[in-house]
Amino acid sequence: MTTATNQPKSNSGAGSELSTERLLHMYKQMVSIRLFEEQVNDLYTRALMPGLAHLYIGEEAVAVGICEALNRDDYITSTHRGHGHCLAKGAAPDRMFAELLGKEAGYCRGKGGSMHIADPKSGNLGANAIVGGSVGIAAGAAFSAKHLGTKQVAVCFFGEGALGQGLLYEVMNLARLWDLPVIYVCENNMYNEYTHFSETTAGEILARPAAFGIPAESVDGQDVRAIYATAKRIVDQVRSGKGPAFLLCNTYRYKGHHVGDVNREYYRAKTEEQRWMAERDPIKIFTDWITGQKLADQAKLDEIQSRAKVEIDAAAEFAIKADYPGLDEVEEDIYA
Amino acid sequence: MPEVAVRELTLGEAVREALAEEMRRDPRVCLIGEDVAEAGTPFKVLSGLVEEFGKSRVIDTPISEAGFTGVAVGAAMTGLRPVVDIMFGDFVTLTMDQMVNQAAKVHYMSGGAWKVPMVMRATLGASRRSAAQHSQSLHAWFSHIPGLKVVLPSTPYDAKGLMKTAIRDENPVIFFEDKMMFKFKGPVPTEEYTIPFGVADIKREGDDITIVATSSMVQVALGAANMLEEIGISAEVVDPRTTWPLDEKTLIESAKKTSRAIVVDEGYERYGVTAEIASVIATGAFYDLDAPVKRIGAMHVPVPFSPHLEDATIPSEQQVFEAARAMCKRT
Ligand SMILES: Cc1ncc(C[n+]2csc(CCOP(=O)(O)OP(=O)(O)O)c2C)c(N)n1
Repeated sequence: MTTATNQPKSNSGAGSELSTERLLHMYKQMVSIRLFEEQVNDLYTRALMPGLAHLYIGEEAVAVGICEALNRDDYITSTHRGHGHCLAKGAAPDRMFAELLGKEAGYCRGKGGSMHIADPKSGNLGANAIVGGSVGIAAGAAFSAKHLGTKQVAVCFFGEGALGQGLLYEVMNLARLWDLPVIYVCENNMYNEYTHFSETTAGEILARPAAFGIPAESVDGQDVRAIYATAKRIVDQVRSGKGPAFLLCNTYRYKGHHVGDVNREYYRAKTEEQRWMAERDPIKIFTDWITGQKLADQAKLDEIQSRAKVEIDAAAEFAIKADYPGLDEVEEDIYA
Repeated sequence: MPEVAVRELTLGEAVREALAEEMRRDPRVCLIGEDVAEAGTPFKVLSGLVEEFGKSRVIDTPISEAGFTGVAVGAAMTGLRPVVDIMFGDFVTLTMDQMVNQAAKVHYMSGGAWKVPMVMRATLGASRRSAAQHSQSLHAWFSHIPGLKVVLPSTPYDAKGLMKTAIRDENPVIFFEDKMMFKFKGPVPTEEYTIPFGVADIKREGDDITIVATSSMVQVALGAANMLEEIGISAEVVDPRTTWPLDEKTLIESAKKTSRAIVVDEGYERYGVTAEIASVIATGAFYDLDAPVKRIGAMHVPVPFSPHLEDATIPSEQQVFEAARAMCKRT
């Protein structure tokens, strides 16, 4: 299998307009997401976490690059692989973990779990366990933002697998017709579950939004500076009333489709995985750039990482100790 | 008679064997769905089929449930016998126009000119900690639609025989497998057999109360029946096996014999399969009943994630036991 379609594009200079503090914050966000996911993996393998866990490891730059370009009250919709989006948009790791363990302190009072984290305070309309299930919701959020004149934008995160869902094309058409402030962020990690996307996707991905007249471009999904710079430009445009946009982020998931997907060689080669981890790791790429620019030395980055680790570990500990919801909770919130 | 070792298969293996046998028998049968080929579906039920039948008959699709179901409807009308795979039964919602407005109606609307001999395999059942969008049991929806047939096997034996019948049927059939039962073992003969639709199976005979149960709820009912036996109540467990066509006669006769009936199904209790079956029994066995027919279905809530909340929403052995005991007025 080839990684040719996911090769980086050069993006020299992106990020230089950001303060060092901001850049280091982005670094911390990426590291925190990775540590969070590693902790999820651990909780899951220790049988402390029920259900399924789809890890975002390898794709951290996308969530962070995009969400850093958003305001807190801008909307996102997320996917089954959504922990990174939720954290990058401002969710707190302790309440995330609590939700993943089915605890009452979780974002959904334990009723949603890993695939359904939602948090109105950070503009998170919800992760979604139906592939493509949130494309309508994102367009709807953009519709109300426009209708109410709030100047918010909505980002719709989805995997390239969702390109198979017809609803996406209905809403892209509407979004263009009605100039909705929605940004479609397609995270192409190259696999729809256990199938390479080239076996499920006809033609060029970018030709699809283009057919509706939606401006569409792609970006190296492993380069957080490039993603941020592109997202910032797109968000400004969309916020100014120019209608929808589409951003294709070429990336890779390091782990299985879910934690239980261990034997992957029938659908992708180990060497491919190793190559991405060794050559295209988003945290390493960013680290090299930061140290190369002398914005911080490795010791400083290590310190940030240790701080993030302490926070993530404490958050997991909080969740492990937290209470399960009482049985009454079952019948709460069925109707508003 | 020589002793024949009884062969045990899991429910997943029984389904796979039925598919493989029908594919060998009839070159028109093909499988269509997401990750059905090399991956053999996430539940691994179809493992090995692509190796035997090749990619032209075991066909991976994009994540396009509406699209590939539509393709199956058209292909079924024009000479193939597709089996489409909907990995989580929750995703049937995406196929509803194709199934309800197209597949179910084509034969009737065309005055019998066209037929749609297709099967949709889907899963149902909660308790996998998969939350509200991966845990539903939506078989009642299809049971409501004239033109569709709905199958709910509860054992490997039934799964194999019913799947073969489903593939040979000239109509659209929805075949629901409980995703928590794929590893459930039971005897399956090596000889060829099929099981007709619309024929209920008495899974256990009894005299005091009838428990009608579907899919994995049959095991719940049998567990409750064992508990009831200990307090001197003899429960009969009847599995309709297909919700449509429905074997009303067997259900009614059993209820007439025992004079009491409980209906257990994992779909929502409200407006669900339990309601229909209870009404059939209440009408058909009215003069022989000693108590109103009792229904036990899933709670009327989206399936919650947190384990003990989820468990509270599904019918349990204890619940069925207590309901039966109360109906038989034992303490
Ligand atoms: C409508 C629907 N069909 C199938 C599935 C099962 N499923 C879950 S994730 C997945 C693959 C999704 O691939 P992609 O959108 O590329 O996201 P990724 O997992 O790669 O992040 C599938 C088929 C689903 N959840 N929803």
